[in-house]
Amino acid sequence: MSSNENQGAGARLLAWVDARFPLTKMFNEHAAEYYAPKNFNFWYYFGVLSLVVLVIQLVTGIFLTMNYKPSAADAFASVEYIMRDVQWGWLIRYMHSTGASAFFVVVYLHMFRALLYGSYKPPRELLWVFGMLIYLVLMGEAFMGYLLPWGQMSYWGAQVIVSLFGAIPVIGDSLVEFIRGDFYISDITLNRFFALHVIALPLVLIFLVVAHILALHEVGSNNPDGVEIKNVKGPDGKPLDGIAFHPYYSVKDTAGLAVFLMAFSAVVFFAPEMGGYFLEHANFEPANAMKTPEHIAPVWYFTPFYAILRAVPDKLGGVVMMGGAIFLLFLLPWLDRSPVRSIRYRGWMYKLPLALFTVSFIALGYLGMQPATPVYTNLARLATFFYFAFFLLLPWLSKADKTKPVPERVTYHA
Amino acid sequence: MSEGVDKSRRHFLTVATTVTGAVGAGFAAVPFLSSWKPSARAQALGAPVEVDISKLQPGEMIRVTWRGQAVWVLYRSDAMMQSLPEVEVSLRDPESVQPQQPGYATNQYRSLKPEIFVVIGNCTHLGCSPGERFEVAPADLGPEWKGGFYCPCHGSKFDLAGRVYKGVPAPLNLKVPPYRFLNDSLILIGDDAGVA
Repeated sequence: MSSNENQGAGARLLAWVDARFPLTKMFNEHAAEYYAPKNFNFWYYFGVLSLVVLVIQLVTGIFLTMNYKPSAADAFASVEYIMRDVQWGWLIRYMHSTGASAFFVVVYLHMFRALLYGSYKPPRELLWVFGMLIYLVLMGEAFMGYLLPWGQMSYWGAQVIVSLFGAIPVIGDSLVEFIRGDFYISDITLNRFFALHVIALPLVLIFLVVAHILALHEVGSNNPDGVEIKNVKGPDGKPLDGIAFHPYYSVKDTAGLAVFLMAFSAVVFFAPEMGGYFLEHANFEPANAMKTPEHIAPVWYFTPFYAILRAVPDKLGGVVMMGGAIFLLFLLPWLDRSPVRSIRYRGWMYKLPLALFTVSFIALGYLGMQPATPVYTNLARLATFFYFAFFLLLPWLSKADKTKPVPERVTYHA
Repeated sequence: MSEGVDKSRRHFLTVATTVTGAVGAGFAAVPFLSSWKPSARAQALGAPVEVDISKLQPGEMIRVTWRGQAVWVLYRSDAMMQSLPEVEVSLRDPESVQPQQPGYATNQYRSLKPEIFVVIGNCTHLGCSPGERFEVAPADLGPEWKGGFYCPCHGSKFDLAGRVYKGVPAPLNLKVPPYRFLNDSLILIGDDAGVA
């Protein structure tokens, strides 16, 4: 007599699946028996939220492609059609456009968390690199997606960014022609950006997100104390300071998600354009290759790097600095030589530069939206200096910094 | 037969297979990469265009499209012609040393006929389209401004021969396309066959 007869139909089905696919095993590994530090704070919501926004973007994106037409002749009109004639089309599009900005909000906060608590430090270097690659692909995704409505800002934004590659010596001009597939940003460019935006980059993005989560679950989560919880285990072999991701954090994150979705819905319903920050006003005019808008600025999440680009009075130099600003982030695990992870146990030689870096990043973000007047350009140069100084001085400052003793176990701060 | 694994034979086969496979993958990539280059249709649409300038008056400019880019045809007035030597000290490349123009336009006017100026209206910084600012000494461009082109994107300035000013992001003078006069009132842009 088999014990199966005593079980319910659900349990028997699960057993049938488990014999053929590691369902329960995977669920335990990544949720029910994944032990996360019990002292997570506010900053630890944004990883899960990025995942949720990714799902929002994938679902709304799929539905948008059903009515969008990726051709120079039809694109602008098809977006208007989605907004006016497709039932609930406006909502789906606003969810997608708000989702793009929300993605960068949560990702920037998620990255800042890593800077606060040293989450990129060994053994989490590869986790950080995967995360940076996600950020890079996300920027590509956002840039190509922005061309699709084929408005004035779409067009000239793409023109400016694609021209950046023209700064590369020797191959620059042919590379730009290769990317555009034409002698200017045309129907051909739009069509290929569409293909990359809806197929190629999302596939890469999903692959990287899986790699990011697998790497996280291999090394374990960091926490606000920067304490390695695996070092202190109970007699059952589980970390004493760890709690199972499911149900403890799955439930906690659901509460955070509810708050996030309230804010997200508020933007979608009441301020989808966000005063021109999420959807720029110039983009309500169809693309016109003959006329550049009076003032070109990328969407807010690119403006810090755009400000760096403009701050340099040399084309190649500007492009190199802009690329360098992103590349240096990749190197963070190796630039930071502090023995301590968390800012809680670091001295002023990390706290002050991090504060200056943060202020500079926000200042650059603001300056990137403003016209390039001499005063603003000089301010951007100052902020660019502090941005780079943070990375370039980090190897010395982090080593010379006076740190406090790190506790054995995680702590709670009221 | 000998016992065990013939490792050198295995190594040779592994390397040979890998190299052959890599070469094959390289060839297989060619059609995909080439499909990104301008298609035959795109190239056909990039053919030369004719511009009628018979109605163009001194001081006036028309914009035409060639290869999707704005091409400006400016009939420079006498005052405009006089401004060209005056601004030369503030220019980055007043002699047009950089090859931003065909040989026949490498002169102080950067044109075939001194008054008729033909140029591609794309900023050499990041490809925005500068606007025409022909007024002298406007409030926002300062008292030194003798008329020229101003790029709203990043503040690059060019004179009335498309020559870039010093201290702006654009590195080079505006590009002069290949062109020739079919007769006094007809310009062919994109083709300069037969022009010395």
